[in-house]
Amino acid sequence: MSHDHGHGDKPFLAHHFEDEDHQFDSGKLGIWVFLVTEILFFSGLFCAYAIYRSMHPEVFVFASKALDTKWGAINTCVLLFSSLTAAWAVRNAQLGQKNRLVMNLALTIACAFGFMGIKYVEYTHKFHVGLKPGDLYAPVEGAYPEKGHGHARAVTVALDHSADPEAHDVAHEAGAGEHPVQEAHAAAPEHAADGEHGHTMVPWDDPRVPTEIKNRLKIFFGIYFCMTGLHGIHVLLGIVVFFWLLGRAIRGHFTPTYYGPVDFSALYWHLVDLIWIYLFPLLYLIH
Amino acid sequence: MSHSEQTAAQHGAHAHGDDHAHGSHHVLPRWLLLGTWAALMSLTGLTVFSAQYHLGAFDVPIAMTIATIKGLLVMLIFMHLAWDKGFHSVLIFGSLLFVWLFVGFLLIDRGQYQGSKTQFDRDVIQSQP
Repeated sequence: MSHDHGHGDKPFLAHHFEDEDHQFDSGKLGIWVFLVTEILFFSGLFCAYAIYRSMHPEVFVFASKALDTKWGAINTCVLLFSSLTAAWAVRNAQLGQKNRLVMNLALTIACAFGFMGIKYVEYTHKFHVGLKPGDLYAPVEGAYPEKGHGHARAVTVALDHSADPEAHDVAHEAGAGEHPVQEAHAAAPEHAADGEHGHTMVPWDDPRVPTEIKNRLKIFFGIYFCMTGLHGIHVLLGIVVFFWLLGRAIRGHFTPTYYGPVDFSALYWHLVDLIWIYLFPLLYLIH
Repeated sequence: MSHSEQTAAQHGAHAHGDDHAHGSHHVLPRWLLLGTWAALMSLTGLTVFSAQYHLGAFDVPIAMTIATIKGLLVMLIFMHLAWDKGFHSVLIFGSLLFVWLFVGFLLIDRGQYQGSKTQFDRDVIQSQP
């Protein structure tokens, strides 16, 4: 150990490690501990989600109409593909396949940009229609597009609509009428406090619904922006990390005995994917 | 690089893996990478498909079960946990256990107030002109 980096023909073996396996195992333990802190970090937001959804399921049923399942599903596929390329990059590094390693790292970065591009489109649209976080929440007309059953479904939403056939009947009758909006409005008040099955229905579009209840919708977007925003920040950090890996891979730094950084970064990337696997159904697939 | 060196490099990962009881240098075969990815894509399709149907109280459990199967595939295969040191599994599944406790206890606590909350909503809506 005559110079700073220590081990002569092993330029990336730090002097405080006995050998490459010692260095690899230490790094691996480090990244797993980091991932544990990440999971606990995100868990607070999942708690906020769980509490608010259990208190106000009707808010989630209605507000998630503003999220486009198509974009959410495409982004899920983009992230899953990037997880595949990241896992493949580890294989390439382990086998010393430099060109394929560079290609898979580049593909992972491309997918990450694709994901953020789609998120940008989604966020831009939400801001455009006033579905902003916190007190900036001010939806414009038509901010909540319809999914499937026509306007009436947006007007009358049950806490647990599947257990309450009446809600569907009202919705379908109103939707078939000549003036669905007015009819649904007319029908809304008497069903608004239908206590027969213990389910409260909130006619969101009814001007008589008090603001304190309508404003609950903005909590959904607070949760949505916090969860997807924090996830997005992790994707951005992943892009930075993978560019660093790409540069090192092009310079030929990684070998079958020194590929720790590729492995550890891929683990981080898989965790980001893992969190999105839960976010997608929790935010986009509510009805 | 001589032929023998190249061979050593290609099999270096396996050779090192043999030195350890837990084989932290396991190389994922191509079929497993592609198969895992295909399974993840299919499960994504399944969760979107199942969301088209109104299954009431089963909606969330079904979606969460599918997500958990996907998560396990990612963790066990893509993240190499199936071949990694057991201690790493203890760390990660331990943290997930605590998340489960965290969410679970909060929901149990919140469940105590369901009735009063629903009554409040009814009162507020009914009190409107």
